[in-house]
Amino acid sequence: MSSHTPEKLAYMANQIARNLAEQADPAAAVASHIRTFWNPAMIAALARAGATGLEPAAEQALRSLAPDAG
Amino acid sequence: MGYEPQADLGTPAAIGAATVTLAIDGRSITVPPGTSVMRAAALAGGSIPRLCATDSLEAFGSCRLCLVEIDGMRGTPASCTTPVAEGMAVHTQTPRLQTLRRGVMELYISDHPLDCLTCSANGDCELQEQAAAVGLRDVRYGFDGASHLGQPVDGSNPYFDFDPSKCIACSRCVRACDEVQGTLALTIQGRGFASKVSAGLASDDFLGSECVSCGACVQACPTATLQEKSVKEIGKPERSVVTTCAYCGVGCTFRAEMRGEQLVRMVPWKDGKANHGHSCVKGRFAWGYAQHQDRVLSPMIRESIDQPWREVSWEEALAHTAAELKRIAARYGRMALGGITSSRCTNEETFLVQKLVRAGFHNNNVDTCARVCHSPTGYGLKTTFGTSAGTQDFDSVEQADVILVIGANPTDGHPVFASRMKRRLRQGAKLIVIDPRRIDLVRSPHNAATHHLPLRPGTNVAVLTAMAHVIVTEGLADQAFIRERCDADEYAHWADFVSETRHSPEFLAPVTGVDPAELRAAARLYATGGNGAIYYGLGVTEHSQGSSTVMAIANLAMATGNIGRPGVGVNPLRGQNNVQGACDMGSFPHELSGYRHVSDAGVRALFEGEWGVAIDPEPGLRIPNMLDAATDGTFKAIYIQGEDILQSDPDTRHVAAGLAAMECVIVHDLFLNETANYAHVFLPGSTFLEKNGTFTNAERRIQLVRKVMEPLNGYEDWQVTQELARAMGLDWNYAHPREIMDEIARLTPTFAGVSHARLEAEGSLQWPVNDAAPHGTPVMHIDGFVRGKGKFVVTEYVPTDERTGPRFPLLLTTGRILSQYNVGAQTRRTANVVWHEEDRLEIHPADAENRGISSGDWVKLASRSGETTLRALVTDRVAPGVVYTTFHHPETQANVVTTDYSDWATNCPEYKVTAVQVAPSNGPSAWQQDYDALSHRARRITREPAE
Ligand code: SF4
Ligand code: SF4
Ligand code: SF4
Ligand code: FES
Repeated sequence: MSSHTPEKLAYMANQIARNLAEQADPAAAVASHIRTFWNPAMIAALARAGATGLEPAAEQALRSLAPDAG
Repeated sequence: MGYEPQADLGTPAAIGAATVTLAIDGRSITVPPGTSVMRAAALAGGSIPRLCATDSLEAFGSCRLCLVEIDGMRGTPASCTTPVAEGMAVHTQTPRLQTLRRGVMELYISDHPLDCLTCSANGDCELQEQAAAVGLRDVRYGFDGASHLGQPVDGSNPYFDFDPSKCIACSRCVRACDEVQGTLALTIQGRGFASKVSAGLASDDFLGSECVSCGACVQACPTATLQEKSVKEIGKPERSVVTTCAYCGVGCTFRAEMRGEQLVRMVPWKDGKANHGHSCVKGRFAWGYAQHQDRVLSPMIRESIDQPWREVSWEEALAHTAAELKRIAARYGRMALGGITSSRCTNEETFLVQKLVRAGFHNNNVDTCARVCHSPTGYGLKTTFGTSAGTQDFDSVEQADVILVIGANPTDGHPVFASRMKRRLRQGAKLIVIDPRRIDLVRSPHNAATHHLPLRPGTNVAVLTAMAHVIVTEGLADQAFIRERCDADEYAHWADFVSETRHSPEFLAPVTGVDPAELRAAARLYATGGNGAIYYGLGVTEHSQGSSTVMAIANLAMATGNIGRPGVGVNPLRGQNNVQGACDMGSFPHELSGYRHVSDAGVRALFEGEWGVAIDPEPGLRIPNMLDAATDGTFKAIYIQGEDILQSDPDTRHVAAGLAAMECVIVHDLFLNETANYAHVFLPGSTFLEKNGTFTNAERRIQLVRKVMEPLNGYEDWQVTQELARAMGLDWNYAHPREIMDEIARLTPTFAGVSHARLEAEGSLQWPVNDAAPHGTPVMHIDGFVRGKGKFVVTEYVPTDERTGPRFPLLLTTGRILSQYNVGAQTRRTANVVWHEEDRLEIHPADAENRGISSGDWVKLASRSGETTLRALVTDRVAPGVVYTTFHHPETQANVVTTDYSDWATNCPEYKVTAVQVAPSNGPSAWQQDYDALSHRARRITREPAE
């Protein structure tokens, strides 16, 4: 947990997804939140690590933000 | 200009238009109905002798010095208690009155030492003035009879003395403590001649009493009975400058009363619209840190943090720093640099730091300490209402009928506002407190909460959703308001959500620990009790669901129509003096000033036009992200103005690792703070007494900070940032902070009408200040929400991942106390330490007994992040299973224990919930010992021998 590791970024993305789960379109809400508040380097680092371990809404959001994510 | 105390008109102002005309000694004056004859006389330019009256207190009518004659009225009524009437003809000076007044004065003086020349009042004495005003020349009664002379002085309070032999029993102090402060610490004991002021029990001295040292009684006392020690030591002030307190978000204004370059005392300014002449112990008395010997006045640099500091000239320090920043940018790229602005500094200073990052470092890596306190307020209120700020002014509380306080402890954190809130409660408003601890407001003299919901830490969202459940399912929602002001579909979606059975108080009770019947009653009261006003603090924001909680609060206010008029609203109580301002000034990595996203090309174009550089369209890194990036090796240099992130941010060891991984840490502060242990450059800062600028308080009120004395370090903070920018090649030429404010106004629509000249003229302005609201905006969202329709947001309760278990069975929550401020860097360097020598761990008797712990024992406090030791205080203020501590002392290192869990939306750290274990201990933890050694090593300074 102590650095900018992909696990921490994934944790943050999942936390956002869990809190936006009741929104009308959770994946879009997660994507919009991340685009508003995250530096692109953080998005890129998460994308490089791939979608393993991500909640469905977070995974979908990541795909829309970084279409090449693994 | 010579020294004049602020005018005292004798009795408080009456509210309303001036419609009553009367004649005072032949002079005609028109005043509002309800005004006293005494005040009318003062307004007409005269002055009636008085002792028991002062305009901060209701008239009392006991001293009989203020007698007047009124045509057609028998006798000689007291002018302080006699209201004006149309056509009245008042005579304030007649031979008869003079004789009567002299007689009264003579009685007072006969029991008063006649040592005016040597008296500690140093001439600052109303009794002396009034004796002269009534023309008293001799006293017929000797000192031989019974008197109060020769009684011992109570010097126990560090800031003022109580000398009972000078007391004239006017009871101004008692009334000030009751009416203004609301502490009710003083009483007049005995009757008639034997009457005497006392701080509680006969055996009590001031320090041992209920007194919270606000100083209201000292200010009210007309004699030297209650007097600042500083007036005794330094003498009567010669001049005064009005300025703004640099401690908390209430934003009290003061007259800084000076003798030469020495500050004699701070006297709350009666015209201050946030404090109306009141203050707390910090603002009035705790300014000694400004001259403390620990202040560092010369810039210092070092190659690495294991070396001692080397004092250098300002030129060398700035050239070295600029060269380092350029080197790092060239080697690691522009994203390796960043900055942190301070909520303690002025708007103008904060604006310059973010400008340096955006225009000089060419990125948006700027953040502010509001990240760790009120960032969820910004997010939550912007999402629901459209503005990142509280909705009301403080005066609004005077019209509230139901006051809901959640996650705030105003008597300690926002004392002057708490006094006003308590006054409203004494007038009959109802109080609901939602807090795990039984804070003082729950039960205090003459006040008690109607409902206290002692929830388990971390369940705010569940409790608020349950309240919404009650309001919606019992048909208490304000449908007319919702139809007119809010988005209907979003409301319907939200109402369905909160109505689900899983959100009922009964269903959630096992999670929240709150009695469902009590919760239902509280919800009904808030929805139906008249004007409902919500006040909240860090107990709301510093959670993994901080932003959700702010939105849940906003939902409640909209559902009950408690928005858009005086007496209602959603009011964040801000911690530091300029948290609101720091946020307004574009201190967040995704926003330019006025909360406009960096991706907005139109907004960027405005700044690019003014600054002549391209603005990065992508959000930058937040404080935790910067530290993470540092540990990863991509973030290398940081400029930190007026912040101690090592002590104030969570998970100290992670912060230390991040700082240690950087190549250039620049600390700009008053003292070698804890963060400076990891710094390579130290730039001395200036105190609020030494600078010009503005602060913005929790009610969006922009107030001037005026320079009272020259900066000991040579420069105001904005000048240092400007010189650093110039050393980096930026062409900045501000001659005065007013020019920075003009730039802010040009670039920020909500500040469009703000300038130092306007602030001088109006005293203060509440933003938005623009063409639509040229005099500012005390209450927001009156005719509609800033975002258009109010937005109901569904707030799903997501429990924190920080869970108790067998290893860490207790929940730790943190807070602060009245006498100390934040990490204590200032207050620890004042006499306020007498009230708080160390941080203590509050633990419930049952939990203490299980562990064999008594009050005063050393205990080890451990979480999965780390452990520390401190002493225990066994008390049932905390619930079983919950422990509580403050974080004012660096030795405690409470944040070694807090984790890096944070708010889902803003990464505001979850200070308020940490799973811990507590066990008896006999000494400091290994981390405390190591850190102690490091901080001694890191603070060494070598001084070049003088040539
Ligand atoms: S200092 Fe304040 S709290 Fe203390 S006795 Fe005076 S008015 Fe009351
Ligand atoms: S202490 Fe001062 S204010 Fe209080 S009763 Fe005595 S003279 Fe009046
Ligand atoms: S600390 Fe707050 S309440 Fe106390 S004097 Fe300063 S602004 Fe006022
Ligand atoms: S001032 Fe009016 S009775 Fe004392």
